[in-house]
Amino acid sequence: MSFISYLINGISLGSVYAIIALGYTMVYGIAKMLNFAHGDVIMIGGYVVLIAVSGFGLSPVLAVVLSMVICTLLGMGIEKVAYKPLRNATSPLAVLITAIGVSYFLQNIALIFFGAEAKTFPDIIKLPALKLAGGELTITGTTIVTIITSVVIVVALSLFVNKSKPGKAMKAVSEDRGAAQLMGINVNATISLTFAIGSGLAAIAGVLLCAAYPSLTPYTGAMPGIKAFTAAVFGGIGSIPGAMIGGILLGVIEILGKAYISSQVADAIVFSVLIIVLLVKPTGLFGKNIQEKV
Amino acid sequence: MKKMKKFQLNKNKKNNFLTYGMIIVVYIIMQTLLSTGNVSSLLGGLLVPLCMYAIAAVSLNLVVGFSGELSLGQAGFMCVGAYSSALFSNLVGDAMPAGIRFFCAIIIGALVAGIFGILIGIPVLRLKGDYLAIVTLAFGEIIKNLINVVTLGKDKAGLHLSFTSSAGLNMDDSGEVIIDGALGITGTPRDANFTIGVILLLITVAVVLNLVHSRSGRAITAIRDNRIAAESIGLNITKYKLMAFAISTTLAGMAGVLYAHNLSSLTVKIFNYNTSILILVFVVLGGIGNIRGSIIAAVVLTALPELLRELSTYRMLIYAILLIAMMLFNWAPAAINFRERVAAKIKAKKKNQKEAA
Amino acid sequence: MEELYTLEVRNLCISFGGLQAVDRFDMKVKEGELYGLIGPNGAGKTTIFNLLTGVYKPDEGIVKLAGKDITGLKTMNINKAGIARTFQNIRLFKEMTVLDNVKTGLHNKYKYSTLTGILRLPGFRKKEKEMTDEAKEILKVFDLDQEQDLLAGNLPYGKQRKLEIARALATGPKLLLLDEPAAGMNPNETLELMDTIRFVRDHFKITILLIEHDMKLVSGICEELTVLNFGQVLTSGKTTEVLHDPEVIKAYLGE
Repeated sequence: MSFISYLINGISLGSVYAIIALGYTMVYGIAKMLNFAHGDVIMIGGYVVLIAVSGFGLSPVLAVVLSMVICTLLGMGIEKVAYKPLRNATSPLAVLITAIGVSYFLQNIALIFFGAEAKTFPDIIKLPALKLAGGELTITGTTIVTIITSVVIVVALSLFVNKSKPGKAMKAVSEDRGAAQLMGINVNATISLTFAIGSGLAAIAGVLLCAAYPSLTPYTGAMPGIKAFTAAVFGGIGSIPGAMIGGILLGVIEILGKAYISSQVADAIVFSVLIIVLLVKPTGLFGKNIQEKV
Repeated sequence: MKKMKKFQLNKNKKNNFLTYGMIIVVYIIMQTLLSTGNVSSLLGGLLVPLCMYAIAAVSLNLVVGFSGELSLGQAGFMCVGAYSSALFSNLVGDAMPAGIRFFCAIIIGALVAGIFGILIGIPVLRLKGDYLAIVTLAFGEIIKNLINVVTLGKDKAGLHLSFTSSAGLNMDDSGEVIIDGALGITGTPRDANFTIGVILLLITVAVVLNLVHSRSGRAITAIRDNRIAAESIGLNITKYKLMAFAISTTLAGMAGVLYAHNLSSLTVKIFNYNTSILILVFVVLGGIGNIRGSIIAAVVLTALPELLRELSTYRMLIYAILLIAMMLFNWAPAAINFRERVAAKIKAKKKNQKEAA
Repeated sequence: MEELYTLEVRNLCISFGGLQAVDRFDMKVKEGELYGLIGPNGAGKTTIFNLLTGVYKPDEGIVKLAGKDITGLKTMNINKAGIARTFQNIRLFKEMTVLDNVKTGLHNKYKYSTLTGILRLPGFRKKEKEMTDEAKEILKVFDLDQEQDLLAGNLPYGKQRKLEIARALATGPKLLLLDEPAAGMNPNETLELMDTIRFVRDHFKITILLIEHDMKLVSGICEELTVLNFGQVLTSGKTTEVLHDPEVIKAYLGE
């Protein structure tokens, strides 16, 4: 029974990774950049909810909405100020290093405002736990909410990208930016929208992550961010279902690794997955091979 | 703004000699001050770490500036070098004269880091894209995690290894714990000093500069500038990317050896993600592809905040802002255009003045 | 006895998605020939260059260089076997000097180990001097010796095209592929380029296959032509005959 319980915990954690990975994979597909600061937007989202609920006594739902708004604006702002000017830079390193700078900036701003000590995240998901198998298996409310939320997000996002006009524009830009521009697609607006959606999702991920692991520091977002990127690579960068499946697999690997091998080397196991995927199938489970134009 | 000529191969030998000369002159000044007792203990204690950071920055610049790849695991490779060499020195103890022991420790630390570099580089460097950045970052974390759980001890029966705790080593009375998980390694002989640090820095600079101005260095730079063209003239892309990366990690390992033998106790704490980023900051602020700049940035940015303690709260924040600003200023096409227009205006003005005179 | 061709291509095919970009392509280029590959935009000319140099792997077909099968080799090894190329959109090592661009082309001709370079062991200076000397000689052919210390990216457009040819020649090819060498040049520069291409062929004793849209250049220097349309060979043969072929005129001007 404990195996099943670990498995469910893994799927729950993996669902959070999946939501974060969606942000990575969309931005990577459309803006062709690795947004290192994505994980830190999660952390900011967490602090917004913490302050709104514990400080101002806002209702959890309102706090989450507020957090999403702030993270969306933050993501769009970062893109506009730090990444957009470098879009046509001669070296691909330029925007990558800038993204690291932004990540570092967000962490240190948080450090100055909120301090290094861990803050306890309020208990905002007040759903009763589900008891199964005569009480032997308990699934917490947070777990249920996390899994349902991530499924809803993936389905909604898939529909959005495949059916709606702005979603199709995103696909076009990721396929061929120049051609999309010639077809009258506003590339700047499309990239901006991508960052907006990715960052809004990061806020949700932040809330779910903090609800499951209720301790918040300026570095809370960094590790899950990197792991979610691993999940995105695992599933195939640029693929929405890939991010979901990659995220869940990675979450399960991490929790099982913690349970059966060692909690201290669980991260090492997760990152070994990244190296193995790159060695065996660099395009990931659902990725396509993109050939450079000569 | 001399640093602006980034990415340009310095054919100028003068420039190289200036780099060596700068290191030697600073060394002589510091030595003189040390022997006359004019160096505060705070600064004195900083001398070897300064050399370590400078070596790390120069070695990272080889990857970032000349190979055009981003590595975020420089601290991880330093960590590998530090631990392997400290372990060696601890095990050898007094069985070897200190000089030879330290020499061997340097070789071992550098080689182990180099081998790790090759192991990481092989799966990653044959791929296009930003994978090296994320994998090296992950590597740094893996190494930190793994070393934190290792305990190693020595008794009459030999070596004992455990992944739980020092009690799990099952040693007899003569047993002595060498690596104690998160508590690290203690009792490493303090073989390093400022002079050796400077020598290792000079070696690092010579290796990087000589490599860059050689046949292999041209191949590395060519691949950075245009991978497809480089393939079309018969260059082996993976080989040269791997070579640059492995040499860089080897040198980073050497920096780690220096650090490990400067303090008698060593933990993985210092070799974290922040240190890797800090080294990247040195490289970017010193000028990508500018070796001398890396050294100056490493020394100034390490020494200043230590000497001006009150800055420390905002230090990292300032670095982050500087990093973003430098990248935008140096690389954004709009900023480059603007600079060129201003430069042209100044030129025209000077010309006018000359003609008027 | 069968005649030996420098380049012999048989039944070359590749498709991208559903599009048959190159379809049963055949071509034979004799040693020392100046051969042109022409055709309307999108006919698949550059794709053929990419197939010949291993950028793409053909779905079917055989490529032989001087009788040796080189089908499916990696780009790097195809260059070592003796094919060098230039690119439609110039691909220089922009942040390296003009001289270093050509010296990089000599990479596989003058070899010394990385260790020799790092430790400045004996042999380094001699090999470097040999490389520099030969590189300078090649630059002189293209009238670029005055600019040898400039960064390649700072050269004017026409000279960048020349430098790209110089770099390709430095690899010592049997066959040189030029992808629209006259693109973006004015009529005077084109005339000069025609002389240079002829001179290069005679001086370096190589075979040249070129893609070009400028009909003056094509009719002026190419001895034989292959015309490509929708990925297929429309016709091939002597330049004068091909250019008067009504089918060719139709393909270019439409009906």
